[in-house]
Amino acid sequence: MLPGILKPIIFTLENQQLFIADINNETMNVILEKLLEAVESGKIDQKSPYPPQLKGQDGASELTVQALEAGIVPQLILEDALIPAMGNVGKKFSENKIFVPQMLMSARAMGASMIHLKPYFSSGEIRTKGTFIIGTVKGDLHDIGKNLVAMMIEGSGWSVIDLGVDVASDKFVATLNEHKGAVVGLSALLTTTMVNMEEIVSTIKEQVPNTTVLIGGAPVNTDFCKKIGADFYSPDPQGAVEYLNKLVAA
Amino acid sequence: MKFKNLKIDTPEKLLFGVAPAPVITRRGLVIGGGQVYAELNFTLPVMGINKSTYQEVYNHYQEIVEGALERALHLESRGVVLEFETLLEMTKDPDLGVRIVEIMNEVCEHYYQRYGLISEIRLTPNDLREFERPAFQRTSAYLEPMMELFERGMLAGGDLLSIESTGGKEVSDEALMMCDTKAMVFALAVLGVRDMQFLWSRICALAGKYGKIAAGDTACGFANTAMVLAEKKYIPKVFAAIVRVISVVRSVVAVEQGAVGPDKDCGYEGPFLKAITGIPISMEGKTAACAHLSPLGNIAMACADLWSNESVQNIKLLSGMAPVAYMEQLEYDVRLLNEAIRAGSGHTAILQELLVASDMYTDPQALILAPENVIRISRELVKGDTYVANARNGALAALNIIEESLQTGQMKLSEMETSQIPMFREDLQSIPDDESQFIEMMLPMLDEQKFILSEYGL
Repeated sequence: MLPGILKPIIFTLENQQLFIADINNETMNVILEKLLEAVESGKIDQKSPYPPQLKGQDGASELTVQALEAGIVPQLILEDALIPAMGNVGKKFSENKIFVPQMLMSARAMGASMIHLKPYFSSGEIRTKGTFIIGTVKGDLHDIGKNLVAMMIEGSGWSVIDLGVDVASDKFVATLNEHKGAVVGLSALLTTTMVNMEEIVSTIKEQVPNTTVLIGGAPVNTDFCKKIGADFYSPDPQGAVEYLNKLVAA
Repeated sequence: MKFKNLKIDTPEKLLFGVAPAPVITRRGLVIGGGQVYAELNFTLPVMGINKSTYQEVYNHYQEIVEGALERALHLESRGVVLEFETLLEMTKDPDLGVRIVEIMNEVCEHYYQRYGLISEIRLTPNDLREFERPAFQRTSAYLEPMMELFERGMLAGGDLLSIESTGGKEVSDEALMMCDTKAMVFALAVLGVRDMQFLWSRICALAGKYGKIAAGDTACGFANTAMVLAEKKYIPKVFAAIVRVISVVRSVVAVEQGAVGPDKDCGYEGPFLKAITGIPISMEGKTAACAHLSPLGNIAMACADLWSNESVQNIKLLSGMAPVAYMEQLEYDVRLLNEAIRAGSGHTAILQELLVASDMYTDPQALILAPENVIRISRELVKGDTYVANARNGALAALNIIEESLQTGQMKLSEMETSQIPMFREDLQSIPDDESQFIEMMLPMLDEQKFILSEYGL
């Protein structure tokens, strides 16, 4: 059962007559559960044909509007619907129960919801878990794995800044200076570019001390992570999400 | 598409070691002329590449080639191809790439002059245009070092010219992750084809100018990415199989422009190219496990003219350096194939049958590489009037073959996989024959900020 917060709301009827009603926990829970289901199943909006079993039904976009109109606190929408939905998706993915496209559809559904929540991020009514800066290291152009990690971390409630591919240490440092306390993720796929991680990690640690740096990619492992002074290596996106969640909980 | 008929039209003729249009190299390899040779692919160990490490880089390549050829000589090899698949820095700085070719060629020449061991270098520069997003496929400054390395590298001893070009990748990366068949057809049969025409007309002109061999281009960044994603269970294997077939229409363009083979080892679309065009092909299978996993370990060998591995790092194993160990593995595989050829058609048929049967029904990507399926799909790949129609027809034929094997129970796939097939079929069937209509249909669905149509001549 989802928690709820009692709050008066205003319904607008066709005859323009207004009245105030009390929304109860049950109503709120129904909306949040529907939103969770929409995001988990990748239902972006009513027009979206995917998934076929929800054809014609409200999607994440409409349900978020309904939730806001029902007076549900934006932070609750994020924490009790969107993040758990993406958490379920991540779990299914790591258990090989769904493919990437289903996960991406869920991310898009979450994105459709976030459009309506954006003003609340700006005003500070919603707080993310933190900022995560990610990029493929200098000399390397591979980004499929990096994109998956970025998407999963965003889905777990972090604000993600994706610097793209072929990213040098100065760009990481500059972005870190703009976003104090952010965590950094580095990706590499080549044995000749993984070595660039070392320089980037050492520059970051020197210029922005106490920054946590995660690394990932086919040629790297925990030993390499320790050797270059990074903080964590994850072989998959879910591992990175779990590590970041522990950081927040600590 | 220029090819309207198959050069090899029966599965029995789609065999290892024999191609309708063999390629004769400078030192005398006859690739596809009745025997299979090893093609060794190698790379540096973990290290940075900058001016302060150039000498170390040179030393590694010298050590690799000397070690590999020494082992090949010891094993009485009939000839070897060495693939120099450059790392980005070696194409960005053609001086570096050219110097490595010179070093490799000096060793090749030494073993040829002193021992009669024939070896040739396949030169594979990087497609640097990927550094820019959106990519400037036709006007990028990165084209200059790429073409410079081709030209100076071939003069330095790189006789077989290849590349893994990336035209259309701006669209295909997302299409792969979304399993979007229509976008994959757009990426490969519209953008990829046009970029291949642009790039390979230039590569072939250079090769012709110096009497070198324009060998071919593989859809590594497309179909192999799909294969690796499927191995990780990120996308369905059925989708990866479809992507492989779609990729044929872009890879065949190199041959249309004048490439003669051997097509590059990481192109598992090679058997289709061989059937359609008659060129010899290089293939890699279980021997590629040092760099990536695959479901095609044995079946990939079934019609190979060069048998290859994938980039193996120059690191020490108990037996010796890893490239030397791989040289030995390739040589023993090749010996087996050549012994079957020597023994006659009954033996080649049995060996091929075993190579095929051992993998065929374990994965849809293997299934489509069985010679009878290659021929069946290839017929569909050439029967239309446009690359788009051919890509669609080939992919639908592959889906038919996959579904038939599911219905007979010969292949088993999870419900997660099979549930996707109707959607793939529906998407493919919605693709029109006409390219203009298809482009008009697709553009509203694509993010046009990610690619520049004019850079593809559109």
